[in-house]
Amino acid sequence: MSRDKAPTVKFLNVTKKSPENPQSATILQNISGEVPANHILTVIGPSGSGKSTLLSLCNLLISPDEGEVLIHSKEVREWTVTDLRRRVGLVFQTPTMFPGTVLDNLNLGVKLQGKTLENPEKWIEKVGLPPEILKQSANDLSGGQKQRVALARVLANQPDIWLLDEVTSALDPTAAREVEEWILQLQSKENSTVLWVTHNLDQARRVGHITWLLANGRLVEALPTEEFFENPQEDVTRRFLIGELGGIQA
Amino acid sequence: MSLITLSFTLGFVVIAFFLSMWFKLGLQKDILIAAVRATIQLLIIGYILKVVFHLQDALFSLLLIALMIGVATQNASKRGKWLPHAWIRVLLAITVTEVVTQGLLLGLRVVAPTPQYVIPISGMIVGNAMVASGLLLNRLHSETSSHRQEIITILALGGTSKQAVYDYVKQAVRASMIPTIDNTKTMGLVQLPGMMTGLIIAGADPIQAVRYQILIVFSILASAVITSIVLGFISYPGLFNEFQQFVLSDSPIKK
Repeated sequence: MSRDKAPTVKFLNVTKKSPENPQSATILQNISGEVPANHILTVIGPSGSGKSTLLSLCNLLISPDEGEVLIHSKEVREWTVTDLRRRVGLVFQTPTMFPGTVLDNLNLGVKLQGKTLENPEKWIEKVGLPPEILKQSANDLSGGQKQRVALARVLANQPDIWLLDEVTSALDPTAAREVEEWILQLQSKENSTVLWVTHNLDQARRVGHITWLLANGRLVEALPTEEFFENPQEDVTRRFLIGELGGIQA
Repeated sequence: MSLITLSFTLGFVVIAFFLSMWFKLGLQKDILIAAVRATIQLLIIGYILKVVFHLQDALFSLLLIALMIGVATQNASKRGKWLPHAWIRVLLAITVTEVVTQGLLLGLRVVAPTPQYVIPISGMIVGNAMVASGLLLNRLHSETSSHRQEIITILALGGTSKQAVYDYVKQAVRASMIPTIDNTKTMGLVQLPGMMTGLIIAGADPIQAVRYQILIVFSILASAVITSIVLGFISYPGLFNEFQQFVLSDSPIKK
């Protein structure tokens, strides 16, 4: 597959401190790296290593304390915030459904811009759900269905960068695999750039073009995914891949 | 009422004191402080009002109203420790409420522009605005804390800070107005309001007393609505920073 090599997302010496304890606790420390257009970056690491924080920096839900985050070569704080967040869509680990029908929820992102979603059936079918589900109450859906609706809601904003924060971790294995396959198909069709945080190493290997390991707030290793899993350069990565690193200082 | 007769009312304080002691409520100290404070404050305000009414000078009336607004602001702002510059927002909301409500009463010549009318009515308007402010700040904090994920989801979808919290501000405004509305609905059925009771005890015609009470009830209703709406919509921007990030901390912000 030929891919555009221009970076869509770029981190330059990014440091993020804990808002509760900025003097001592650092969530991310001096992160530098880039994600080329149309690539899928999988981000792995122990719990509390700063993976979700890294995603939230990309659509300015939080700001870096030091360094810069560039989206399409423009620093996030120079964007109009609402435009940035529409172009850089974030899907959370736990889908939040608002009171109302699936259609109301699907329409939400577009409605925030004062518009109405055209052809909602198309968007719900994109994530593998039948159009009849649009009339159902969103809170009656299963966990897997809610996650797909949350994904469709973000996609309906037509972002060109997707931030996926452990989007399949709350699903059973079958539903998780289905959602994963739908995301890959859609990414391939839409040529989107994806930053995908996952705890599941098999998933990271299956879906990624590039893989980063974060540990203790630092970017330990960044390699093409195959190389990352076949021939990691860092001892920390090797220990993480055999399950030794959980909670250990990198 | 003579001072000796008045002193008999201390019996009520004694009853409250001993009941608290008997049931080990631990409120004896608070009861004593409250009784002493209320007596001193009322005596002071009584003498101040006597002077102000005698002088008939608008400046003294304005100073007294400013003092009421200041104390009300200081008291209501305690409920907004989580909100940056809460006292400025409360001050603005209570001042707007007083100016609009009192302005209408004076402008429409409903009451005479004399200290005897302006000061007591202002006291009721400002006092009610203070209660509405405290309720609003409490409710706004609980609504936005408990809907943190919904707010962040809307922001992440490209919504503005106003779009993200609009429903929760509305809920807080409604909640802060409910006690006033409920009071208004049951007025005269459940309780005879303080001002009307005072007028009747002082020998006024009950019908005349009712007319004044209606004026006060409507003013108080308007003041609750104005305070809640103004404070609600000038408070929510304090929940966000310049990048429309939701910055409400789980622990109260010390400002």
